[in-house]
Amino acid sequence: MIAFLLKRLGLSLVTLWLLSVMAFAGAQVLPGNLGRAMLGPFADQRAVDALNHEMGTDRPVLVQYADWVSRFVVGDMGKSYAYRTPVAPLVTTALINSAKLALVAFLLVVPLGILGGIIAALNAGRPVDRGLTIFGLSATIVPEFVSGIVLILVFGVWLKWLPISATWPNDAGALTQVYHLLLPSIPLVLVLFGYIARMTRAGMIEALDSDYTRTAILKGLPHHTVIWRHVLRNALLPTISVIATQTAYLIGGLVVIETLFHYQGIGGLIFTAASKKDFPTLQAGVLTVGAIFILASLCADLLYALLNPRIRVGGRE
Amino acid sequence: MSVAEPEIAAAAAPVEANERRDRLRQVFRSGTFLAGLLIVLFWVFCAILGPAVVPYDPYADDLLNALMPPSAEHWFGTDQLGRDVFSRVIVGARDILTIAPLATMISTVLGTALGLLMGYFRGVIDEGISRIVDALLALPTVIVALLALVALGPSSATVVSVIGFTFAPIIARTVRASVLAERELDYVFAAQLRRENAFHIMFVEILPNVLPPILVEATVRLGYAIFAVASLSFIGFGIQPPSPDWGLSISANYGLIGAGYWWTVLFDASAIATLVVAVNLVADGIQSALDE
Repeated sequence: MIAFLLKRLGLSLVTLWLLSVMAFAGAQVLPGNLGRAMLGPFADQRAVDALNHEMGTDRPVLVQYADWVSRFVVGDMGKSYAYRTPVAPLVTTALINSAKLALVAFLLVVPLGILGGIIAALNAGRPVDRGLTIFGLSATIVPEFVSGIVLILVFGVWLKWLPISATWPNDAGALTQVYHLLLPSIPLVLVLFGYIARMTRAGMIEALDSDYTRTAILKGLPHHTVIWRHVLRNALLPTISVIATQTAYLIGGLVVIETLFHYQGIGGLIFTAASKKDFPTLQAGVLTVGAIFILASLCADLLYALLNPRIRVGGRE
Repeated sequence: MSVAEPEIAAAAAPVEANERRDRLRQVFRSGTFLAGLLIVLFWVFCAILGPAVVPYDPYADDLLNALMPPSAEHWFGTDQLGRDVFSRVIVGARDILTIAPLATMISTVLGTALGLLMGYFRGVIDEGISRIVDALLALPTVIVALLALVALGPSSATVVSVIGFTFAPIIARTVRASVLAERELDYVFAAQLRRENAFHIMFVEILPNVLPPILVEATVRLGYAIFAVASLSFIGFGIQPPSPDWGLSISANYGLIGAGYWWTVLFDASAIATLVVAVNLVADGIQSALDE
């Protein structure tokens, strides 16, 4: 178990390092003189030099990387080129907004996905199962902005049930916020539903087919006890790790959804920074998102190991 | 025993061929597969012949007729610049159906080569590449693509290579798993005894036998490549104007839907949705036929 833990932790660190190198290298590809690029071709050379010195871009690349990483670790993410303010507060605000959106999406999709998977598994091979599988497969592959556009048209423009904009009034309470977040969260729900339902279905079918389920049935336990106590408990194990792993798609989806709904989350921040070539903000956004994602998959694996006695005792690999 | 073996092998060959034909027949009997295939073929037809058959020039603006609702003249209405939406939706299949398959091809070739190397040599090569692949797979694709596109500047060539490279590790992992199973079989051992070189064994002996899973993975990836290209185009980092690309058109017009100009986005949205779902149905059909 400890060996597994250490190996998993090591891999996370390698991934994080790789991401930090990529995020850093992204900025280096930009035409050499950043101060010149920011101040324009007619600026005084001394001003350009001063700005380069202030931003530290006149130092060797490795020194810049080491400096950037060591500052990042203690929470200093540098200064945004576009807003001329420190990046860290921008990222924090955006992260809180995104967390709200993600939370609404997860609260909707986890029960729905698991329920869908259970229904499909209990009706395996029948039209209900086939229908749910095809629906899940299709919903997963339709880009969020496509379903988002259709949802905006139907529920926002034609039926006028839900607000088109995800931005709520300043003094809005929690319920109003959720009300504004419903429409943007549905495209994310659609993308994630298929994965969760498919994993639950597969886990359920395997568990239903197992010896312990047969024993439980033969013992004469009532049907719902067998399903709840024996089948579901085992079936949901792989689902848990899928839910955590799917944060990757969620994060990718956030960039698109927050752009579509003009929502000030981390995805929207990354998009704005990317459009304005605001590299400190872009790097900080990407690295933060990557760190969260890596943490989520680490948690998923640990949770899986904790819940699954076979791994807990024997150790994987 | 040694006398009986060739007979078994000879008898086994036709059975296998029959089985393959049966499986193929089964794929074509599946309704969802056929529906998917028909839709994909429809869009491929639009991509190839679209410019020749559409009623209007998809690039020609006509500001006097901007934002006209669907009518007998303009079946899907006109956009902000008065361009015919129907013509643009048909021709819009062109760029995405060039870029997404190209990206998938690059990732399949690259991923297959990597997977063969990892699965065949195992040991240090496998460990080394595996760690990098794991690390790459642990990153959100859209974020990696966005980062690369900002640094390299958005263009069709960048989109193809970025998606090609980010998808390669996923295919490599699938191929590696199949090769690991395959390399233990007798024919590989026989080839090694004949002192064939490693590349001959990997690419001539093993590769043909791991093609089915590669085909499935490539079809699935094609769906995701379309997903990724459309999403990147929508946020402005994919296909560039003045292409009538669907994602790009939606991004140019979605600001107007609050005012009720639904036709400028709904047809493009339906086009993307039908294409990705159709590709996915085809992939599902092939996969379930090979699994049986």
